[in-house]
Amino acid sequence: MKDLSGRLNSFVRDLPPSGIREFFDLVIGMDDVISLGVGEPDFSTPWDICDAAIAGMREGITSYTSNAGLMELREAISCDMCERYGVQYSAEKEILTTVGVSEGLDLVMRAVLDPGDEVIVPEPTYVSYMPSVELAGGKAVGVQTREEDEFKLTAEALEACITPCTKALLVGYPNNPTGATMSREELLPIAEVCAKHDLIVFSDEIYSHLTYEGEHACIASLPGMYERTVVFNGFSKAYAMTGWRLGYACGPAPIVDAMNRIHAYTALCAPVSAQLGAIEALRHGEADMRRMVAEYDQRRRLFVQGLNDIGLSCFVPKGAFYTFPKVSQFGLSSKEFSRRLLFEEKVAAVPGTAFGACGEGHIRCTYATSMENLKLALERMAAFVGRLHKERGAETA
Amino acid sequence: MQQILHILAQDGRVAPAEIATRLGRSEADVVEAIAALEEQGMIVSYGALINWEKSGDNKVFAFINVEAVPEHGKGFDAVADYISRFPEVHSLYLMSGAADLQVVVEGVDFREIARFVAEKLAPAPGVRSTSTSFVLKSYKMEGIMLQDKPGDHRLAVSP
Repeated sequence: MKDLSGRLNSFVRDLPPSGIREFFDLVIGMDDVISLGVGEPDFSTPWDICDAAIAGMREGITSYTSNAGLMELREAISCDMCERYGVQYSAEKEILTTVGVSEGLDLVMRAVLDPGDEVIVPEPTYVSYMPSVELAGGKAVGVQTREEDEFKLTAEALEACITPCTKALLVGYPNNPTGATMSREELLPIAEVCAKHDLIVFSDEIYSHLTYEGEHACIASLPGMYERTVVFNGFSKAYAMTGWRLGYACGPAPIVDAMNRIHAYTALCAPVSAQLGAIEALRHGEADMRRMVAEYDQRRRLFVQGLNDIGLSCFVPKGAFYTFPKVSQFGLSSKEFSRRLLFEEKVAAVPGTAFGACGEGHIRCTYATSMENLKLALERMAAFVGRLHKERGAETA
Repeated sequence: MQQILHILAQDGRVAPAEIATRLGRSEADVVEAIAALEEQGMIVSYGALINWEKSGDNKVFAFINVEAVPEHGKGFDAVADYISRFPEVHSLYLMSGAADLQVVVEGVDFREIARFVAEKLAPAPGVRSTSTSFVLKSYKMEGIMLQDKPGDHRLAVSP
């Protein structure tokens, strides 16, 4: 068999799979695992949304749409952005529907970056942010956020990373993996730095609806930000539609147009059935979405309290559906802690290092699983922590 | 209050301490609120929702549309009160539409329900006519789908 690995693009040849993948390989094939490692809702898509998509298929609406997506959908997105965040985007020129936010990020990097351009990315970071920058020939520059700041980005830390090559800032709040949010007041100084250094801002707001305390602040709604920000959102998290693969980007017309040209050559358009489902979600999905958000909120309180009770200290995350408790007190690396928790107690939680080196000392646990599973996971984690304490005691005795 | 009702409607066994944690309130608060809800008759009772078709017990349900004669000054309340006292009556509603009352009756078999309708319900004062439909299979009760729960199709770990 001819080995073609030497013929791969050199960057891709050396591109490692995400740390999530490595952990996934450990979990796969194990029985009775309670997984706190899943980055998607445990709810099924609300039936009305499925029904709208099915009705479309029955009517034979199964063809390509315009590259940017159905005008009806873009108009609904435009209304939604305006009603929720007070930002106005032209359905015709400033909104692009994409195959999830993932495609949108890939497009924007390719549309905006020249080789060597730097994009600042707060860490811990969602696993695909940095690769999406680097696959487009840019350079991802991590800026560490700290637990004592509840993993919020600070203007000082941001400004310290800026070089003449810095072109953009890529942020995602509410945050995966930490659950951090940033309020309007907290974003204002960030916005000032971006304006001062003329940075473009890519803001992944896919978890915006999952904000439990305070209101979600859309960065584009801040003074001076609208003209320099591309906002990414979608249907995966709020409407439990991860497998439908539908997201959208809203931003300045020249950038959206450039993204659309790449999109037209690569994806052509987002799936039409998903677009029909999304229209229904925006028109009538609010009650279902609120019901799911209320349920996540209750689980969040229960789980965070539970973690703190068993000695895994954890700041109270105000968004998304992740907790990022500290595990460094046991003298184990994040990876080792996660590995042992999995093998000894059959609870899967992703090591913090999967999200960048500064995730060391933490694990990511999602509460997008049933209340019953969360309680069971907490029991098992308590047993594990108890055992670790005993081991530590025996070592020091 | 509303949130407590929603939690208990979903699962009547959740302890006040857990409700308190889930809602970010104190346990004493929740205990007091539940006592008030019970006192005011908003929480009527706590029970399990049982799929009798699976339990092997002999149970048959029938939905009976009843046309009734309203009483002066009382409307249908008097006849409804009379009917609802029979232990065979599982639930009873005043309806819009062609029938006035809908009576859900529970029995061990078809014969028992037929006897109840013929001997108790149809001759009851104020009842003008009845129309009985038997339940053949239940799909959803009290907002809960009864077919086997779908498994978790998600990948065990994902970004």
